[in-house]
Amino acid sequence: MVEFQDYQSPVRPTWCKGCGDYGIWNALKFALSELDLAPHEVLMVTGIGCGSKTPDYTRVNGLHTLHGRSLPAATGARLANHGMKVLCVHGDGDGYGMGLGHMMHAVRRNMDITDVVQNNRVYGLTKGQYSPTSPEGFVTKTSPQGAIDHPVNPWALALAAGATFIGRGFPADLRHLVEVLKKAIQHRGYALVDVLQPCVSFNKGYAYEYYQPRVYKVDEEPGYDTTDRAAAWQRAEEWGDRIPIGILYQVEGTPTYEEQVSVLRGGPLVNQGFREWTDDDFEKLRAEFV
Amino acid sequence: MPSTEMTFKIGGEAGQGVESSGAGFAKSLVRAGWHVFGMQDYYSRIRGGHNFYQIGVSDRPVYSHVESVDLLLALTQEAVDRHCGEIVEGGGVICEECLEVDCASLDQRDVSYFPVPLTDIAQEQGGAEVMRNTAALGAAAGLVRFPFEVMASVIEDNFAKKGAEAVQVNLRVAEAAYRYAQEQFADKFDYRLGRVEGAPPRMIMDGNQALSLGALLGGCKFVAGYPMTPATSILQWMATHAERYGVVVKHTEDEIAAVMMIIGAAHMGVRAMAPTSGGGFSLMNEGLGLAGITETPIVIVEAQRPGPATGLATRTEQADLLFVLHASQGEFPRIVLSPGTIEECFEAGWRAFNLAEKYQCPVIVLSDNFLANSVRSIEMGALDFAGVQIDRGQLLTKKELDELEGEYLRYAYTESGVSPRALPGHPRAVFQGTGNEHTPDGHLTEEIEPRRLQVEKRLKKLEAAHEEIRGPVLYGPKKAEVTLVGWGSTYGPLREAVDVLNAEGASANMLHIRDVWPFPAKALREALDKARRRVMVEGNATGQMAHLLEAHTGVKLDHHVRRYDGRPLSPQYILERLEEVHHG
Repeated sequence: MVEFQDYQSPVRPTWCKGCGDYGIWNALKFALSELDLAPHEVLMVTGIGCGSKTPDYTRVNGLHTLHGRSLPAATGARLANHGMKVLCVHGDGDGYGMGLGHMMHAVRRNMDITDVVQNNRVYGLTKGQYSPTSPEGFVTKTSPQGAIDHPVNPWALALAAGATFIGRGFPADLRHLVEVLKKAIQHRGYALVDVLQPCVSFNKGYAYEYYQPRVYKVDEEPGYDTTDRAAAWQRAEEWGDRIPIGILYQVEGTPTYEEQVSVLRGGPLVNQGFREWTDDDFEKLRAEFV
Repeated sequence: MPSTEMTFKIGGEAGQGVESSGAGFAKSLVRAGWHVFGMQDYYSRIRGGHNFYQIGVSDRPVYSHVESVDLLLALTQEAVDRHCGEIVEGGGVICEECLEVDCASLDQRDVSYFPVPLTDIAQEQGGAEVMRNTAALGAAAGLVRFPFEVMASVIEDNFAKKGAEAVQVNLRVAEAAYRYAQEQFADKFDYRLGRVEGAPPRMIMDGNQALSLGALLGGCKFVAGYPMTPATSILQWMATHAERYGVVVKHTEDEIAAVMMIIGAAHMGVRAMAPTSGGGFSLMNEGLGLAGITETPIVIVEAQRPGPATGLATRTEQADLLFVLHASQGEFPRIVLSPGTIEECFEAGWRAFNLAEKYQCPVIVLSDNFLANSVRSIEMGALDFAGVQIDRGQLLTKKELDELEGEYLRYAYTESGVSPRALPGHPRAVFQGTGNEHTPDGHLTEEIEPRRLQVEKRLKKLEAAHEEIRGPVLYGPKKAEVTLVGWGSTYGPLREAVDVLNAEGASANMLHIRDVWPFPAKALREALDKARRRVMVEGNATGQMAHLLEAHTGVKLDHHVRRYDGRPLSPQYILERLEEVHHG
C-alpha cells in the first residue's frame, strides 16, 4: 500500500504562507497515494513558476523544464515510456500563456497526461504582473491602467480542442480537489484540471474569500450530464457570481495517442531494447539504394 | 575515342518532375556500373520557378558536381536560356523545337542541337504532357547508347507504386524517345555510356539517408521534428521505416515541441533525435540549454541553409557554425560533428548517440543542403552496418540500482564529471531533473559552492570527450605547396579541386575537419604547421571556421575562398579563386 508519506520530501516548500499551491501539492500527494501509485511509477513534469517547483518538494520522479514547455516534454516521456503515469503541473502563465499552443496539440492528440494548472490569475514568481487569466481591467505592474486583454477561458479552449476530460478544483475544498485529481489521473487520455489557486501576495482580490461563496460543484447539479457537450459549453462560459468546479466534461473510450502508435503495442519503448540486426535486415536496407 | 565522363543537366519548372526523373536516371546509371554524383537545385515553390537536376557520371568515384555541362535536357525556355552557356565544346542540348535556341552560338562552340518532340512522343504513347521528363531522359539515354533495359528496370521500380499502367506508359514513352534520339542523332554525339563491364553493384544515396541509416542502426528509437528544408527527408525516412524497425516518429507542432519531446524521451531512456535546419534550431535554443543542464543525451541534426530568417530556403550555406557552438544562454558542454561525405554522415548518425550518452550532453550533427540532398554512388560495403556499436556510457542497470547503497545522486560529483545515470522508474532512483541549478541529488539550489561545482562538473565532461574527437582528414600528398582547408560538405569539391591541381602539375592537398567541438586544436595545429600555403575554403561570408582555427591554433591562414550566394562550392569555383590568389 502506498502512503501519503511516501511522497514526502525532506525539502520544504518556499511558497508564501497561505499560498494555494500548498493545497494543490497535498491534494496531488493524496490522490497519487490513494490510487496506490508509488513515486517511482509517476513522472511529474513541470514548467517554470512557483507551483512548477512542486517536484522539488515531493519525492517523485520530476522533470522541471522550461517556461511553457512541460507538455511536449511530457509527451516525449509518455511516448518513450507509456508504463509511467505522467502528470504536468504548472501555472496559468506557463500553461495558458507560453504553453497554450502546446496545450491545444496535447489535447487534440489525447495524450494520456494529467494536466494540472495552478491558475492564480497572476504572475507570482516574477512578483506581480497580469497573466493570461487575469480579468480585464486588472491593475498590475505591467498593466498600470488595467489589463486590456480579454482573459483566456481554459475550459472553453479545452472543450473546443476536443479534450476528453475537463475538470476544476479549489484547494480550500481539499477532499473535492483530491477526488477530481484522482478521476483525472485515472482517465485514459488528456485530462485538464484547472485549479483556482489563491495567490495571497499578488492577487488579493481573488483570494479564498472571493472564491469560497461563488464556487459550486457542477457535476453535482441535478440533471447535469458530464458527457453532454452542449451543457458543458454553457457551464464553461459561466464565470461570475457562480463559478463551477468539479468535472465539467468527461468522455471515455476515446483512444489515446499512445494506444494508436503501432510500435508501442510491443510495450513501453524504453523496455523494447535495441533491435538485434540481422544480415537479412542489412540486405533489405541496402536494397533500397540499389 | 568517345568520352565516358560527362555531366547531364535536366532543367525545367517545379511540377515537371525534374528531380524525381533525374534521381531515377542517376540510379539507372549506377545500375549500369557508373559512378555518379547527383545534385538538385530548386526554388522554394511547388509549381513554376526554375529547377534543375545535375548528374556527374564517370568510371571513377565522383565527389562533387562541376559547373560545366555535357548534355543539357531543357524542358523550358528558361532552362535553355540559363544553361546553354554552360555546355562544353562537343556537348549538346536536347529540347523541343518550339523552344528558341541560338543555334549559331552553339555551332560556334561546337555544341550540338538535338530537337526531340518530347511532348508529341509522350502523347503518342498514351502518356500525359508531364511525361516529357521521361521522354527527355529516354532521349538522353538513346543519345549516349545507354542500355535501355537498365533504364527500364528503374522505371519499373519507381512507378510500381502507381500501378502497372503507369509503369507501361512510362516505359513506352522512354523507349520511343530513346529510339528517336538514337536513330536521329547518336552518330553526331561523341559520348558513350554503355554498361561498365565487371563493375560491382553499388548503392546511391544522399547525406540525409546515410545519416538516417546510421541513426537507425545506432538504436535511435524516437524522432521528433517539424518539416524544414533541407532536413525534412530525415523525418520522412524515419517515418517510413518506423513501424518495421520499432521507431516512434512524431511530427510536432513546432521545433520547440520537437526538442522538448526528445528531451522527455531521452530522459526516460530512449535514444532520441530531432532533425531540423537553422530556423528550427533557433527555436530549439532554450531546450538545448535544458538538455545541457539536465545532462540529457539528445541528438539534433542541423542541416544548414542560408539565413538569416528564411534566407534562401532551398539552398545551401555553412553559416551556422558559430551559432551552433554558442547557441543557448550560459555555459554547458556540447559536441558538434560536421560530416562531409555520405560515409561520414552514416557514421555521425550512430556515433552521435554514443557521444551523447557517454557524456550526457547534447550532440549536434551539422550538415547542409548540399550534403543532405546530393546523392553519390558508393560501394555496397562502404557503410559498415555490422560495425555499428552502441555504447550507452555510465547507464546504471536495474541490478546495479537494486544493489545501490544509500541515496541515488543523479548529479554526483565525479572525477570525469559524468554522473552514473539512472532512468526514471526504479524505486531506488526517484530523482528530479531540473533546468535550475541543483545539488547532486537534483534539488534546486542557489548556493555558491554547489553552483560552482556543478558548472565545473558539467564542463569537465568535455575533457574526456575531447579524446574522442578526431583530427582532420588529409587528402593528397603529405607535403604540398598549397593546403586547402575545409569542413563539412566542402570535402567533395575540395577533393576534386586537389585532384585537378595535382593533375595539372601543381602540388596540393587538403585538410578536412569532420569533428568540430570540442575543437581538435592540437591535431589541427600539427597538421597546419606542416602546410606551406594554407587556403581556407568555406561556405559562408565571414570565415567562421577560419576564425575558430586562428583563435584556437594560433596558425595564420594565408588565403580565403568563401561562397555565400546559396550555391555549393564547386571545384571550378575554388580553382578560379585560387587562380586569382595566385595572380593577385
